[in-house]
Amino acid sequence: MPLEIAGLVKRFGEGAEAKDVLRGLDLSLRPGECFALLGPNGAGKTTTLRCALGLTAPTAGSIRLCGLPVPEQAREARARVGVVPQIDSLDPDFTCAENLIVFAGYFGIRESEIRPRIPELLAFAGLEGKDKARIQSLSGGMKRRLTLARALVNKPQLLLLDEPTTGLDPQARHLIWERLRRLTAEGTTILLTTHFMDEAERLADRLAILDNGRMLAQGSPREVIAAHIEPQVVEVFGDWKPGGQPDSGAAAWAAAHAGALSRRCEISGETAFCYTDDAAPLLAHLAHQPGLRSLHRPANLEDVFLKLTGRELRD
Amino acid sequence: MSLATAHFSPPVLSLRLFAVWRRNFLVWRKLALPSIVGNLADPVIYMLGLGYGLGMLVPQVEGVSYIAFLAGGTLCYSTMNAATFEVLYSGFSRMHVQKTWEAIMNAPIALDDIVAAELVWAASKSCLAGVAILAVIAAFGFTASPLALAAIPVVFLTGLCFAALGLIMTALAPSYDFFMYYFTLFITPMTLLSGVFFPQSQLPETVRSIAELLPLSHAVSLVRPLLLGQMPAQIGLHLAVLAAFTIVAFWLALALTRRRLLK
Ligand SMILES: Nc1ncnc2c1ncn2[C@@H]1O[C@H](COP(=O)(O)OP(=O)(O)OP(=O)(O)O)[C@@H](O)[C@H]1O
Ligand SMILES: [Mg+2]
Repeated sequence: MPLEIAGLVKRFGEGAEAKDVLRGLDLSLRPGECFALLGPNGAGKTTTLRCALGLTAPTAGSIRLCGLPVPEQAREARARVGVVPQIDSLDPDFTCAENLIVFAGYFGIRESEIRPRIPELLAFAGLEGKDKARIQSLSGGMKRRLTLARALVNKPQLLLLDEPTTGLDPQARHLIWERLRRLTAEGTTILLTTHFMDEAERLADRLAILDNGRMLAQGSPREVIAAHIEPQVVEVFGDWKPGGQPDSGAAAWAAAHAGALSRRCEISGETAFCYTDDAAPLLAHLAHQPGLRSLHRPANLEDVFLKLTGRELRD
Repeated sequence: MSLATAHFSPPVLSLRLFAVWRRNFLVWRKLALPSIVGNLADPVIYMLGLGYGLGMLVPQVEGVSYIAFLAGGTLCYSTMNAATFEVLYSGFSRMHVQKTWEAIMNAPIALDDIVAAELVWAASKSCLAGVAILAVIAAFGFTASPLALAAIPVVFLTGLCFAALGLIMTALAPSYDFFMYYFTLFITPMTLLSGVFFPQSQLPETVRSIAELLPLSHAVSLVRPLLLGQMPAQIGLHLAVLAAFTIVAFWLALALTRRRLLK
């Protein structure tokens, strides 16, 4: 198994300052799958990856990385893993090619061995011909892609990617998605964290939603959606003009009618999100409400995420 | 085992630490010449300026010309400065600013290896600078003895010692500004008290007995006689003190770095 985590607890600080960031996490990756870890800021995604790599000692629980116990044999296990950290840590004193060569050296790979692979690694990252480019001259997207290439120098069995596409333009995101799919097709197991629901829905065979150090849902994207939310959503917004009353918004409409016409309704800003198994009666009602506008769509992962983790800001 | 005692467990090192050493060496190689000149210029200017200038007023110190007296001290304090600067400023930028250490820890290299590599690298770099200064000293004819070559390993040990002490500061530093305190409160007074510019016999008795405990005093006690072609007295004691400072300081620096980065 590429990664097996059972009962993982991580506490930072001691005494009155103590804070449980992970509270009994179970996670087990199947060989060759792409697994996405979703969660609001501060949910514990990065901490989970740090524990998995043996970079911080768990307070309780057991971890096996590429079959080896962590943190006891973390060093050996990391030899088989590639990591794209959340914060870029490319070496600014080196060119692109030198970054790959020096990083390979940390795995005990000789320069003569890695040099012939540099063109292929750079091409994989869409950085053809950039071998002599300095890091400072790269855009944010190029740095992220070079970091991905750097994570592959040791031909890892397992790739851990912490928000690999945050801050990237759509072109770069699509390139990274395509490359990650290529890697899983070749048998590499991938664990990635992300804030992008479409990224998880598109890439992940399975995913988990993490909040306050607990798993709130786990399964394939379809399973998670089916298990946690009504299939249909009608978003209602605009001005409500009921006969004889002053104009008011979607919230007032929801207070008056949503309860009867949908299973569940949430207000966020100016919009009412109505969740239902059958949208037909609601849509028929809305057809006679001048001023209100609506959008009818199938429920998606973002709906599940917001339902499970709430709509309030985290920090 | 509680977390605090775990931080003080003995270092577990692997040969991969040389990959980290090599990384620093490859960066240094890109700018080797300016780096050596930078490490060389300041001490050589001081040595020649003070040596010739003051040397006119002070014809002889401990039986030799003032500039020949100054040469050994200069070699020691410039080694101390080079090692200290490397672990403080460059080390801090690798650890904290560039996140180089964090990147390396994703490979099969432990933090212990990284801190040890920084220690050995800073000593190597300061030793290279020391050799360059020794060459200048020899070129000016301030040393003629082959015994001067025996100063090179002492210079390396001095580099290790001050790299280890500096790594404690690096592990504690919130920002670069912090290092000013270390220089003002520790490095500068030590330079003045360790017999670099004048013999420690000039110090008041109580100050002297404290000054003789400072690591730089022990380095000077070894290097100066070697440059003057004499066997130093109490070689074993001086080497042991430098080694003891290195080991204890490295151990403390490692514990503090583990506490900072592995929590
Ligand atoms: N070394 C540390 N010491 C104390 N608290 C920490 C430490 N590292 C993380 N935390 C806390 O643990 C919680 C989880 O942090 P973590 O970085 O794992 O979240 P995350 O899910 O990766 O968030 P983001 O999406 O913002 O990257 C946060 O509240 C954070 O403040
Ligand atoms: Mg994170």
